[in-house]
Amino acid sequence: MKTVMHAASPGRMFLAVARAPSASATWLRVMTMTCAALMTASCGEGVLDPHGPVGKAERVILYDSTAIMLAVIIPVIVLTLVFAWWFRARNKQARYRPDFEYSGRIEMIIWSIPALVILFLGGIAWTGSHDLDPPAPLKESTAPLDIEVISLDWRWLFIYPHEGIASLNRVVVPVGVPLRFRLTSTTVMNSFFVPQLGTQIYTMPNMVTRLNLEADQPGTFEGLSAQFSGDGFSDMRFDLVSTNAEAFKDWINTAKTQGGVLDASTFEELNRPAKADGAQTYAQVSEGLFDKISLRSMAAVSPQRGQ
Amino acid sequence: MLGRLSWAAIPFDVPVVMIAAGSVGFLIFCALALVTIKGWWPYLWREWITSVDHKRIGVMYILLALLMLVRGFSDAMLMRSQLALAAGHAQGYLPPEHYDQIFSAHGTIMIFFVAMPFVVGLMNFVLPLQLGVRDVAFPVLNSVSFWLTAAGVLLVNVSLVVGEFARTGWLAYPPLSEVAYSPGVGVDYYLWSLQISGLGTLLSGINLLTTILKLRAPGMGYRRMPIFCWTALASNLLIVASFPILTATFAMLLLDRYCGFHFFTNDLGGNPMMYINLIWCWGHPEVYILILPAFGVFSEVVATFSGKPLFGRRSMVMATMVICVLSFLVWLHHFFTMGAGANVNAFFGIMTMIIAVPTGVKVFNWLFTLYGGHIRFTVPVYWAIGFMVTFVIGGMTGVLMAIPPADFVLHNSLFLIAHFHNVAIGGVVFGVMAGITYWFPKAFGFTLNERLGKSVFWCWFLGFYLAFMPLYVLGLMGATRRMQHYSNMQWQPLMLVALAGALLILLGIALTVVQFAVSIRQREQNRDVTGDPWNGRTLEWSTPSPPPAWNFSHLPRVDRPDAFWAMKQQRGTSQSAVKRTYETIQVPRNNPTGFYLAFFAVLLGFSLIWHIGWGAGLGLLGAIVVCLKQAWRTDGEIEVPAEKVAAFERVRGGQESAV
Repeated sequence: MKTVMHAASPGRMFLAVARAPSASATWLRVMTMTCAALMTASCGEGVLDPHGPVGKAERVILYDSTAIMLAVIIPVIVLTLVFAWWFRARNKQARYRPDFEYSGRIEMIIWSIPALVILFLGGIAWTGSHDLDPPAPLKESTAPLDIEVISLDWRWLFIYPHEGIASLNRVVVPVGVPLRFRLTSTTVMNSFFVPQLGTQIYTMPNMVTRLNLEADQPGTFEGLSAQFSGDGFSDMRFDLVSTNAEAFKDWINTAKTQGGVLDASTFEELNRPAKADGAQTYAQVSEGLFDKISLRSMAAVSPQRGQ
Repeated sequence: MLGRLSWAAIPFDVPVVMIAAGSVGFLIFCALALVTIKGWWPYLWREWITSVDHKRIGVMYILLALLMLVRGFSDAMLMRSQLALAAGHAQGYLPPEHYDQIFSAHGTIMIFFVAMPFVVGLMNFVLPLQLGVRDVAFPVLNSVSFWLTAAGVLLVNVSLVVGEFARTGWLAYPPLSEVAYSPGVGVDYYLWSLQISGLGTLLSGINLLTTILKLRAPGMGYRRMPIFCWTALASNLLIVASFPILTATFAMLLLDRYCGFHFFTNDLGGNPMMYINLIWCWGHPEVYILILPAFGVFSEVVATFSGKPLFGRRSMVMATMVICVLSFLVWLHHFFTMGAGANVNAFFGIMTMIIAVPTGVKVFNWLFTLYGGHIRFTVPVYWAIGFMVTFVIGGMTGVLMAIPPADFVLHNSLFLIAHFHNVAIGGVVFGVMAGITYWFPKAFGFTLNERLGKSVFWCWFLGFYLAFMPLYVLGLMGATRRMQHYSNMQWQPLMLVALAGALLILLGIALTVVQFAVSIRQREQNRDVTGDPWNGRTLEWSTPSPPPAWNFSHLPRVDRPDAFWAMKQQRGTSQSAVKRTYETIQVPRNNPTGFYLAFFAVLLGFSLIWHIGWGAGLGLLGAIVVCLKQAWRTDGEIEVPAEKVAAFERVRGGQESAV
């Protein structure tokens, strides 16, 4: 890496580097290692191991668009390294073309290639945005299950309006049934996200967002808040348990016989800042609680986080 | 008397903070003592603090950014080590209320006080030299801009010891940042330091924009302007158009917090979604404010060291300006998951992707500039090639997240963190490092140590891959950003790899300091006596290194792009004689306005944060008085007599370019 200074002509001096870099080898090694890690590590869980139609459709989009882009990116990376290496100053075989600065043909190609890629991906984005729009109902024959989600500081409350029960930090759903969520928040913003089912959506005070998901296999999937919401954020996790229809019915029935009543006053208890700790169910939920929470002016209810 | 300020504001019970503050305080004390003992104050005051020379101000911006890089990187090390430890039931060593401040400070400092001053500093130093003029349009305003940025820096760092910093993330989304959920002074520190430094950035943007539009060497039309100047033009247009949005948005949040307004509150009709829209109307152009000048640096570096003009100059300029305009039409891609409809999401997704077209064209242009070149593998070329292979990966993951349904599962995950560090480090940091190495001899008259420069490159390059490739994977595994601990033990090995990467980057930063020290010691061996150490193509290389206060003894005449290259070609053939007559040159006089304004701005900001009425009044009054005094000043310039210019050129040995 020694640099040699030599004057080519008066007032003109430049550096010639004695050794060209081994950039390509090291870089390729790092890339291979990380790609391998990526393949092995992320297949077991997360968004690359979906258990529902929404997540699966999103994985297809991830894979397809990555493949389309890699078809351009990899040649660009290789060409960069090849050009840099071949046209190094010390390579006497390389032809130096000090005035090569324009070629209409190349210009046309270099505008066309990214434009074509984006045309492809733009199509994917347009159809994907519409097919997988969070409030759009899933194309299933089964009647959906309604669930209302309320993010509290820093817990998740799930209300089953038709069953008349509620559950804290744990949501149990039947396999193969579309899930129709309505979501809101009591204090700050959060994002409702079950990575293995797909799409996340923000929960916001005074507003209702909608989301449709489905689990097509039984299992317990971790859910979380993906939008920072304060000191208890890291523990703001919940389990989404998908079971067969009978087990789901049993769970509803058990919930109806156990646990207390969730009405305005017990809700105020819940709505105080606290870290997520364990699941809990409510046998009875007062009618229209979710709508009251999502529509009311928060001035009267939202607790202030004192110092 | 002191508003809400009391001894309770200083966290004596938090050893991490006290040790950090103590050692920083000790270092500052030692530095001040050294300056006092050596009697350097008059020199510092005369040559740097009150200097309105764009070159000095550029250097000070970059020094400030380097210092803040150390601060911001310390935050990064704390975060990486916390996450390497806090797996399963472990909670790590940083409780949430502390950890939340650290990631908020890391983001705020790295964007506003590292990346911005780096880029503004480079533009400040290089623009007038490349444009062939003697200074920026408004030299005193330039000094004011710098010192207001420094004032913001001081306030952010005071929050480390007195009170707390925001615990809201670097963009302080309401309602979390409203008084109801963030009653402490943290968000106020955030808002006031960014309001003050944001004003500095806006003024600097106006200044540099005016310089490019109104002050160019005779004959330098837009078509002959160096490509770095074009990217700087785009960047400063964006500053002027977007920073007022930031200031207005913060002003509304301040009114909410101080005067009980309801712009973004939960109650009485406030709308937090409006803040998120507005902040990203600034925030996305901000990304291009940072990356476009970096693109400009790479264009200069690749062309110079390939010994060729930039391939497809017109395409490059067009691509730059297309990006400049489109950057205002993509802000919604930061919140596809906030429940906008399918049409809106699809529109913003596709607009975002369209930006990838001009960006891709740029990459191809650099590629074909290398083609047919005579490439000298100097340190800036290492950074440039490292950038080209790294940035395309970041671009790819960016386009991936521009597809709304893909973003639905990647939003706010560590995949996103990996993406924007991929473009911020692989783009902006690499660009700035290339720029610093490239223009260092112009600023100081000697080149930086090559060997150490290459070590620094490898540390950053490999460190980046080690630190952020695992984050891509973790994001796909469902890990979200801003978590202080996690239960999934499978994530820990990847977190440890990321920590190793961060340590490698730390080594790179340490080696940068060593590189500066060694290069200063060896400056006599690496002296740049010609002013043109790299066989450059643009006008800055026609001046001596370092250039005199007046930059050019004769304003150069420009008749084509790569003006200096053309001059060197002609000199070989026509032997045109150098003009020997010199004229008196006027240079702006030193001015302490910026420093005094910064003093009162800090007083004003600090008093407002702690609700100290008299302090705020005094700060505001002082600032107004300083401005008025400046407005009535008459002795703006000093004259450099023709004999002095002639003597300077004689010493230089008649190397001034024939023009």
